[in-house]
Amino acid sequence: MSELPDRTEVPTTPIRMRVRETIILRVVGKALVPIILLFALYVQFHGDYGPGGGFQAGVIFAAGLILHALIYGLDELRRSIPPTVVEMGIAFGALLYGGVGVVSMFLGGNFLDYGVFDHHHPVYGQHLGVLLVELGVGITVTFVMVAIFYSFAGRSRQ
Amino acid sequence: MGEQAMGSVIEVVLFLFMFVLALYIVRIRSLFAAAMLFGIFSLLAAGMQTMMDAVDVAFTEAAVGAGISTVLFLSALGLTTSEETRPIHHHWSALFVVTATGLMLVYGTLDMPAYGDPNAPIHQHVAPHYLEDSTDEIGIPNVVTSVLASYRGYDTFGETTVVLTAAVGAILLLGGAATRKQDGEDAE
Repeated sequence: MSELPDRTEVPTTPIRMRVRETIILRVVGKALVPIILLFALYVQFHGDYGPGGGFQAGVIFAAGLILHALIYGLDELRRSIPPTVVEMGIAFGALLYGGVGVVSMFLGGNFLDYGVFDHHHPVYGQHLGVLLVELGVGITVTFVMVAIFYSFAGRSRQ
Repeated sequence: MGEQAMGSVIEVVLFLFMFVLALYIVRIRSLFAAAMLFGIFSLLAAGMQTMMDAVDVAFTEAAVGAGISTVLFLSALGLTTSEETRPIHHHWSALFVVTATGLMLVYGTLDMPAYGDPNAPIHQHVAPHYLEDSTDEIGIPNVVTSVLASYRGYDTFGETTVVLTAAVGAILLLGGAATRKQDGEDAE
């Protein structure tokens, strides 16, 4: 097995290579990535009050990560978030969602009936439940998008 | 009243843009340009949905259609050529099928209630309950979120599973962490 090639000479796609060669795109992209990730978190946790929610937040978060991969190369992102972590993340989000439903059943309610989380204030229970399931959706969507991107982009190197 | 007319003008312009773009996407041979135009098309669709007060849907359309789909199209382009091959001959029967299906769909919409009609069946069933009691029962200002995550939590759970299935399909078809390890790429 030969040594991993230096990232400057791994043309995963012609488009990606061009992005990495253009200094303006690199600089602007570098500044944008953290803002995109922060915005995704805002969309995630502000979905109760304004437009947005787990699905949109997950997609935006994944878009930020993929932009990072377009600028610095796929290997850089793979080092930060290994494919195994991505695959576990996909399952974790869905399990979190389902788990909230199962816990609500054990507390005496129906499946996904969040009111039982707080017997004195069902509305608080609803808040907690919505927050958790939206988080589950966000985690799954983020890692699903990254996994699909890994599958496509990783293939072009073979 | 003037505001409503202004809204209609914007909607017509957006729709015209979408129509022209759709024709252009069909005609264009450069797949890179087509991917970009798809993104613009989604952004226009998001604008249209904002005009129809469906901000949550518009948000999703902008993030998925204009954002992530474009990136996935581009990474798929890395696996193929950037130019569409010219068809050897025109499939007139295909054109006929598409046109006939389209006309039937348009004919089907004639039976639908007018846009925003408060007496439409969809606004008569459970929607009034959600809108009137959401504040007391769920206590979340955004009714869309309370319907999605709580009243219809079971459906959203199904949707999350669908998204998960999409990733499983992509990993199985194109290779995930396990296959890469066998190739020795993930050695470090």
